[in-house]
Amino acid sequence: MISISKVSKWYGSFKVLSGCSTEVAKGEVVVVCGPSGSGKSTLIKCVNALEPFQEGTISVDGISVGDPATNLPRLRARVGMVFQHFELFPHLSIMDNLTLAQVKVLRRPREAAADKGLALLDRVGLREQAAKFPGQLSGGQQQRVAIARALCMDPIAMLFDEPTSALDPEMINEVLDVMVELAGEGMTMMCVTHEMGFARRVAHRVVFMDKGEIVEDVATAEFFGNPGGRSERAQQFLSKILQH
Amino acid sequence: MSDLDFSVVLRSLPYLLKGLGYTAQLTAAAAVGGTVFGTLLALARLSSLQPLRLAASGYVNLMRSIPLLLVIFWFYFLVPVVIQSITGAERPPQIGAERSAYITFVMFEAAYFCEIMRAGIQSVARGQQGAAFALGLTYRQAMAYVILPQAFRNMLPVLLTQTIILFQDVSLVSLLNVTDFVGAAVKIAQRDSRIVEMYSVVAVVYFGLCFALSQMVKGLQRRIAVVR
Repeated sequence: MISISKVSKWYGSFKVLSGCSTEVAKGEVVVVCGPSGSGKSTLIKCVNALEPFQEGTISVDGISVGDPATNLPRLRARVGMVFQHFELFPHLSIMDNLTLAQVKVLRRPREAAADKGLALLDRVGLREQAAKFPGQLSGGQQQRVAIARALCMDPIAMLFDEPTSALDPEMINEVLDVMVELAGEGMTMMCVTHEMGFARRVAHRVVFMDKGEIVEDVATAEFFGNPGGRSERAQQFLSKILQH
Repeated sequence: MSDLDFSVVLRSLPYLLKGLGYTAQLTAAAAVGGTVFGTLLALARLSSLQPLRLAASGYVNLMRSIPLLLVIFWFYFLVPVVIQSITGAERPPQIGAERSAYITFVMFEAAYFCEIMRAGIQSVARGQQGAAFALGLTYRQAMAYVILPQAFRNMLPVLLTQTIILFQDVSLVSLLNVTDFVGAAVKIAQRDSRIVEMYSVVAVVYFGLCFALSQMVKGLQRRIAVVR
């Protein structure tokens, strides 16, 4: 579904990604983790071309992301993305947040879009909030709306860029629960996250990045179950993140 | 000073109101036209295409470096001659002072509104554009539905403040013999030799209107601040 091959990216002379390769198969959940500044957010943003990259190829459902001939809006419309800071549109009601792209991009009739929006709000447990504005919701609620907004487009895959990092601790679980449910339904997911409990529970594979490189790309059981077999950098990261 | 006679104001009221109407019309047209043209200029200034960026910033810097009065004269006296020399017509086209004023003010104010809208666009969180793109919106759609509405809303108080300044600046067209509010007052004042009365009343009206408007802007600013 998502195929990343030898991707490198520079900001000026600073290399943020170097030769990254990995795959996300249909129905697979891959968690990308690593210390901050390791390039994991940059990598996931390359997948739907929110960030350009200079070398290598990324293809989504067989379509090359880096190809200048690719219709990027059309490609992005098929890939859902959830951001660290939610990025709901503050000037639109929750319902309008959910229907905007359905109507403007997918050309769905407004009524069908609203039905779809309500159904997905229901799913994330926020049906009563449809008329409110993003600023009136808690962080956890906003992030659940953001997930619903992405799902409204019937995506073939979902990208999560640290979806719980900006949340208060008591709100993390309500968002993770939605993600777990989604994974259970067989959604193809690529998640940048520090939530190792989530990774352990639902991820099929764990990709560990450091300094712009993919250091580990192994099955979840192998990643957590056999620490001795991990690289030194991964071991250090794991010991830090799992201790507290 | 004892022979001040303000009845001249009442007698010429319809004429003055007509002038005030023109001033209001020109202000509104320049504010709307300037905002539209200025927003396009702002998008050009923030574009990734260098020629577009340079052309827009050249235009804005030029307009902001020339006194408004000179721009008014330039459009009224010189542009028709330039058009004549380009088209090779026998006489310069008759644009007329009133129409010339509309063009001048839209073009001039666009430079100022451009800078306001540019700041407005930059005030919208960078992630908003990413979120819009991630949903499959095109650049145009992202601007129209996500970025510009927020930019416009953030900048509304500043845009209105600029419009109040514009409302006062419009009085300069009276130098083209256009009958705006000041122009009407000048004509009556000279005809009836009631300069003190007319100029005082015009000043008071300007003060009253501008002060009331700026109070409204202040109120609006508070309301927007609460909503956010």
